Amino acid sequence: MEQLLSQIFVGLSIGSILLLVALGLTFTFGQMGVINMAHGEFIMAGAYTTYVLQQALGDGATATAFLLAIPVALVVAGTMGLLLEVLLIKRLYGRPLDTLLVTWGVALILQQAARDIFGAQNVEVKSPGWLDGGTTLIGVDVAYNRLFIMALAVAATAGAWYVVSKLKQGRRMRAVMQNRQLAAASGVKTASVDRRTFFLGSGLAGVAGVALTQLGSVGPTLGTNYIIDAFLVVVAGGLGKLRGAVIAAVVLGLCNSLIEYWTEASLAKVIVFALIVAFLQFRPQGIVAQETRGLA
Amino acid sequence: MNTSTDTTGAAKAAPAGGTGTPGPGWFKRRVIGTKADVVPRITFAVVAFLLIVVAPGMLTAFRLDLLAKYLVFAIVAVGIALAWGRGGMLVLGQGLFFGLGGYVMAMHLQLADAGPGEKPMFMSLTGASDLPGLWEPFRSPVFTLVMVVALPMAVATLLGLLVFRSRVRGPYFAILTQALAAAFVILLVGQQDLTGGTNGLTVSTFFGLDLAKNSDKLTLYFIVLAVLLVVFLIARQMVKSRYGQLLVAVRDGEDRVRFLGYSPTTVKVVAFATAAGMAGVAGALFVPIVGIISPTSLGIVPSIEMVIWVAVGGRVSMAGAIAGALLVNFAKTELSEAMPSGWLYAQGLLFILVVAFAPRGLAGVGDWWRENRDRFDRFRPGARTAAPASGAAAGEGA
Amino acid sequence: MATGLLCAVGMFATGCAGDDDTTTASSTSGGNTIKVGVLHSLSGTMAISEVSVKDSELLAMEEINAKGGVLGKKLEPVIEDGASDWPTFAEKAQKLISQDKVAATFGGWTSASRKAMLPVFERNKSLLYYPVQYEGLEASPYIFYTGATTNQQIIPALEYLKEQKKTKTIYLVGSDYVFPRTANKEIKAWAKANGMKVLGEEYAPLGSTEFSTIVNKVKAAKPDAIFNTLNGDSNVAFFKQLEGAGLPSSKLPVVSVSVAEDEVRGIGASKVKGQLVAWNYYQTTKGATNDAFVKAYKAKYGQKRVTDDPIEAGYVGVKLWAAAVEKAGSTDPEKVKAASKGLTMDAPEGKVTIDGENQHIYKTARIGVINDKGLIDTVWESKGPIKPDPFLKTYPWAEGL
Repeated sequence: MEQLLSQIFVGLSIGSILLLVALGLTFTFGQMGVINMAHGEFIMAGAYTTYVLQQALGDGATATAFLLAIPVALVVAGTMGLLLEVLLIKRLYGRPLDTLLVTWGVALILQQAARDIFGAQNVEVKSPGWLDGGTTLIGVDVAYNRLFIMALAVAATAGAWYVVSKLKQGRRMRAVMQNRQLAAASGVKTASVDRRTFFLGSGLAGVAGVALTQLGSVGPTLGTNYIIDAFLVVVAGGLGKLRGAVIAAVVLGLCNSLIEYWTEASLAKVIVFALIVAFLQFRPQGIVAQETRGLA
Repeated sequence: MNTSTDTTGAAKAAPAGGTGTPGPGWFKRRVIGTKADVVPRITFAVVAFLLIVVAPGMLTAFRLDLLAKYLVFAIVAVGIALAWGRGGMLVLGQGLFFGLGGYVMAMHLQLADAGPGEKPMFMSLTGASDLPGLWEPFRSPVFTLVMVVALPMAVATLLGLLVFRSRVRGPYFAILTQALAAAFVILLVGQQDLTGGTNGLTVSTFFGLDLAKNSDKLTLYFIVLAVLLVVFLIARQMVKSRYGQLLVAVRDGEDRVRFLGYSPTTVKVVAFATAAGMAGVAGALFVPIVGIISPTSLGIVPSIEMVIWVAVGGRVSMAGAIAGALLVNFAKTELSEAMPSGWLYAQGLLFILVVAFAPRGLAGVGDWWRENRDRFDRFRPGARTAAPASGAAAGEGA
Repeated sequence: MATGLLCAVGMFATGCAGDDDTTTASSTSGGNTIKVGVLHSLSGTMAISEVSVKDSELLAMEEINAKGGVLGKKLEPVIEDGASDWPTFAEKAQKLISQDKVAATFGGWTSASRKAMLPVFERNKSLLYYPVQYEGLEASPYIFYTGATTNQQIIPALEYLKEQKKTKTIYLVGSDYVFPRTANKEIKAWAKANGMKVLGEEYAPLGSTEFSTIVNKVKAAKPDAIFNTLNGDSNVAFFKQLEGAGLPSSKLPVVSVSVAEDEVRGIGASKVKGQLVAWNYYQTTKGATNDAFVKAYKAKYGQKRVTDDPIEAGYVGVKLWAAAVEKAGSTDPEKVKAASKGLTMDAPEGKVTIDGENQHIYKTARIGVINDKGLIDTVWESKGPIKPDPFLKTYPWAEGL
């Protein structure tokens, strides 16, 4: 029983990581239909931002640097996303597959740039003292860094939800997503909305990057390891649906941890992939479907 | 080689040379060729001459080996051009099928090396006592050769039936194939006792050819060349047939095709499975040329690289895809010898520039010339219907 | 469209027209230099580890050149990138041998890359110096193994656990690839013969950072120690999650065989302080030769850089080859091989001797503890260099492996 509870906690923790890395994608991919393969590299940029801040502020300010990294990474990754949108993606709307390939090229370049700037070696991001160690809750070991990531995921999701459903900007975003021409005709500046959406989505990737520094080391390929999982979360959850993404991330996290517990890590990943493919057979539009009169 | 007009999707114009259905004068068009056919045919002859006579005569054994490897990649590229360029299905997981073909072949070659009743070398490392049942049938060369093509095609057909029927398409399909390639790699690595794990499988002979001998390598080179020719002709025939028109129609307006009473699922599955079969054949030939097949050649990154070749060469043109595979791999070898990290920048940049600004790739250069020539050719009826330059962007699956 | 194809083939042909037509095996090159190959991953996932080894090999060549070179000729390194891709290793090895005609090649890291290169070197009768500890069960006549085989690293580590730490039960954790799986087979055989109980065996996909489940399983099994064969990258996440689960080194010691000083830099010393590692060389190893080596390495590549076992093994490989060439009076591989038999040298790790039989080298086993500066202090070392035994022939329990 204790074991099961532990695994459920692990599952929730994996789910929160998946949610964090996929959250930005629900904007760029879900809302705008842009498959941004460089999303993983924005995550990496967020992680390196943490590292740079820690180096700049010195050993005494590890915790300050870490907390400061969250907003800074949002801006850094967001700005990178904005540049990408303005310089390349804007020209490719309506060509989703080409966008995918072009952003893959961008990802390659960013990865190699990180390798040349920071070295091929992984770098260490120090954890603030209060994130080291853990505690025991009803017989389950709970690591503080995992709790922190869960809290961050919840906060980021809440923030994203607030922007989308309460702010004017969010209303415009939804309008553009549902019917671009009609939104434009109603006076919404779609190009500007696109830029902001992309900034937000990419910025959230940066925030995810900050969180990931607490799990492993930071290296040029950090983001690549998560990109496929992140896309699968969005696809399984239903495009552009925050609620869907949350459900999908948690379910996938739980599946992963429980299957891994009964089998082994490699097999668990394969089984989860297979489950997603099977699920999409029954619900190709994902868990939470966009209402549409389209054919597919 | 393809003429300009059959590269332009639904805007396909019947009057241009070479692609017409049998009718009055088809003999002249097909066999003698119209004016538009002359340039490609001369080029074809020159390329064939270069590959058959010049390359084996001039290149060192090492370089010829490399060229053979590029030609193997060109086989994959033809398949991708068919599925992606013609069918609008962005296949980001061709590494899966390449790997299936490669592993099937490598299993047989390892068993052949080991001799009857023996088990392959690598199994002494993993300590397996008996030959796993999965390996046993691959002792037979005939079974192996059949499976090289049949296994990837079967997997692709099954997958295609599932996925296309539930109308998963465009980017979703792309991500799904990518995830499958990733899962396949994890599976290969995890089942070390069966597959050799990350080490992969190494081979030293190929149906009696000694891969250390230069003369035998030359034979292998010609085998690859012949297979590439066959694959190219199959793809070209498919593209030129009514099926090819249907495939393009599905790409450009799947729902319309459905309303006309065709099954887009079947049309797409055929192209997808053919591409998979070609990747399988390429994988099988890759094994003796490089001497090893391992998960590193099949994952997400190699699978996307395969798409890069086709994008650079021109996704709708079979010959363009071949040229792209040769050029990009040649550049990779040369550049990575000169400056390892430079290649990654170059590759990324090349990709961005080609896909964003020249979606028709190298093939687009030839097309541009032909279109502009057509513009001045007042005496050719139907010349004005030649597609606008934006036609290739229709390579998008909706 | 055919123009593109034409131009592709044309470019290829002209690009290669300058090549020699001969493809004979390497021999002493003409002129005043001897070309040697350096073949490591400079890009891709393995670059993390291999770049440092490339650096130390170049350092060794520079030192040799500063002393007048080999046979009066300067060494000219030809550097190639294996790109963390095994077929590329095979291809570049072939290129170094047949096109650059190198006298010997130094390179490889993963077992997979070595297995890919092995047939190339055997076919061309050219020499490869491989600098990393590995799973054993191999002795190619054209490869010199300057890293440890299992009986010089893993078995001493197990014996240390049994004798010094009174360990009764262990748990095996490793990355999912050949070295950990094969090493664990050997460990299980050893444990069975030595009354130690293996409570479980878990593998994480390469590069994985999710170890919660594995840590949970370990915790439930309550072993006395963990034997860790995880690859560099995953160690960070693994140690962090062990710590998070309330299992610091004082409660559950971990013996690692793939974590050296260079990896500790990426993990962070605070996470692995007090953990055990098993190697044959540490930066802190005593001796004038090592002091000079560490000083030269840091002077060339920066004070922040550290030396470790594979870095040293790469360096020693170059020096051993050079010594053998001087002794043989030729770079001919067969003569170098003959001259290498029993060749002894004073290396940073102490006295090393090439075993003529399997071309591995005698090495001293050392168990170390990671200190808070990220360096490793030796806590135990074998009495003198251990004879390499890649096939574990002298160990009765290893029969049937």
